[in-house]
Amino acid sequence: MSLDREMIRLDAVTKTFVMHLRGGARLPVVSNVAFAVRGGECVVLGGPSGTGKSSILKMIYGNYRADGGRIDINGPTGWVDIARAVPRAVLTLRQSTIGYVSQFLRVIPRIGALDIVASSAREIGLDEPAARAKAASLLERLNVPERLWHLPPATFSGGEQQRINIARGFAAERPILLLDEPTASLDGANRAAVVELIEARKRAGAALLGIFHDEDVRDRVADRVIDVTKFAPEASAR
Amino acid sequence: MSVQDDRPLLVAEGLTKHYGPHLGCADVSLDIHEGEVVAVVGESGSGKSTLLGLLSTQLLPSAGSVRYRMRDGEERDLFALGEAERRFLLRTDWGFVHQDARLGLRMGVSAGGNVGERLMATGWRHYGRIRAEAEQWLERVEIARDRIDDRPDTFSGGMRQRLQIAKNMVTRPRLIFMDEPTGGLDVSVQARLLDLIRSFVGDYGLAAVIVTHDLAVARLLSHRIVVMRHGRVIETGLTDQVLDDPREPYTQLLVASILQA
Repeated sequence: MSLDREMIRLDAVTKTFVMHLRGGARLPVVSNVAFAVRGGECVVLGGPSGTGKSSILKMIYGNYRADGGRIDINGPTGWVDIARAVPRAVLTLRQSTIGYVSQFLRVIPRIGALDIVASSAREIGLDEPAARAKAASLLERLNVPERLWHLPPATFSGGEQQRINIARGFAAERPILLLDEPTASLDGANRAAVVELIEARKRAGAALLGIFHDEDVRDRVADRVIDVTKFAPEASAR
Repeated sequence: MSVQDDRPLLVAEGLTKHYGPHLGCADVSLDIHEGEVVAVVGESGSGKSTLLGLLSTQLLPSAGSVRYRMRDGEERDLFALGEAERRFLLRTDWGFVHQDARLGLRMGVSAGGNVGERLMATGWRHYGRIRAEAEQWLERVEIARDRIDDRPDTFSGGMRQRLQIAKNMVTRPRLIFMDEPTGGLDVSVQARLLDLIRSFVGDYGLAAVIVTHDLAVARLLSHRIVVMRHGRVIETGLTDQVLDDPREPYTQLLVASILQA
């Protein structure tokens, strides 16, 4: 992949929520966000809760809209400003370039755990046997008991769902990986497994950007920490 | 999403429909690409079914146009097609799944007959081959082969919807229109149907326009969402973006009104 090459570049990114159900109250989240992430590094967004870390990740994934600024992504055919890209272009980038792991699994009815993870591996072009093998090895590393692999995760515990979601996120190896507190509430063994997965992606040259509340994990994976409080709206807007 | 051609499959421009003094929908423009699933959401009376009727040429617009890229690559104005051409398109390259299965199926004809009919319309003549193909599709939509000679009026609601899907899929359409396909079904039955629709869209690169009032259905199936109110499109975009970061007051109200299980 793209060791040392810039993969994500944010410039003057601004986000304000307008809550129409509360009389149009404006809730400024971040302003003037500017930083870049290179291949082969893991950058961590730091700062207390409510400072917009998760909103920044979601804007980079195209899940939240940016109100201003640019979010340039180094895609297979050149740079794309995801803040202005049409939906099809955003989906194409998600398919080819940007992975996202959150702590919450959005369950699909009737699909078993292994199939959920394998379908993610198929998205980047693995054939069925390779995708299933990859899925099985990830579920094993994340200590998901084999008796659960063929059951739909709707009835699993929160921790089991979380680990399936992590497996799904790592099953498709893309050049950019966004991590929204993937290790929250995991036990030590599983935290260590996630740290190893992150390190492997780094070595492979992927650009990683994450939020980790767990200091131990953060210290082990972070090459740099960006303090998000410097993008607080009051700090720059007034 | 697999994309064979960068040009849109269907392009609607300025679609407007008046029912006498009443507005059905106004000035709707929309592109649909191959393999793309678009959900049209809104409450009753928002104009979403009118829009579906116009896009699928079941209704004539008061103004506006719909262009479609035919299988031979030629783009045609759908309202300028002759009746025979239009019917052929409806029976081959398009599918339509109705909320009320009685509109999409012939209730007095066997399940196999319903599926076989579409094949015969595209020139299949050999009885054994038609029956074999129908059997395969029934199996793919999880209807037991031994129900092939039974009439859909002996089927449950979920089976009827799955039979509608089999009937449509048999000619390998590129675009399928669905009007509240899961409406009125039990939740467990819905899940099975949604799963089928999801896998067909993925496996066959189908494009689909799905009208639904159920935002969970839209989230599960669609890439893009179109929010309608009072006959107009008030917000549109990537499905997860519109649902997670809704911008318009009405969309925020819709999203805030979902019951969380």
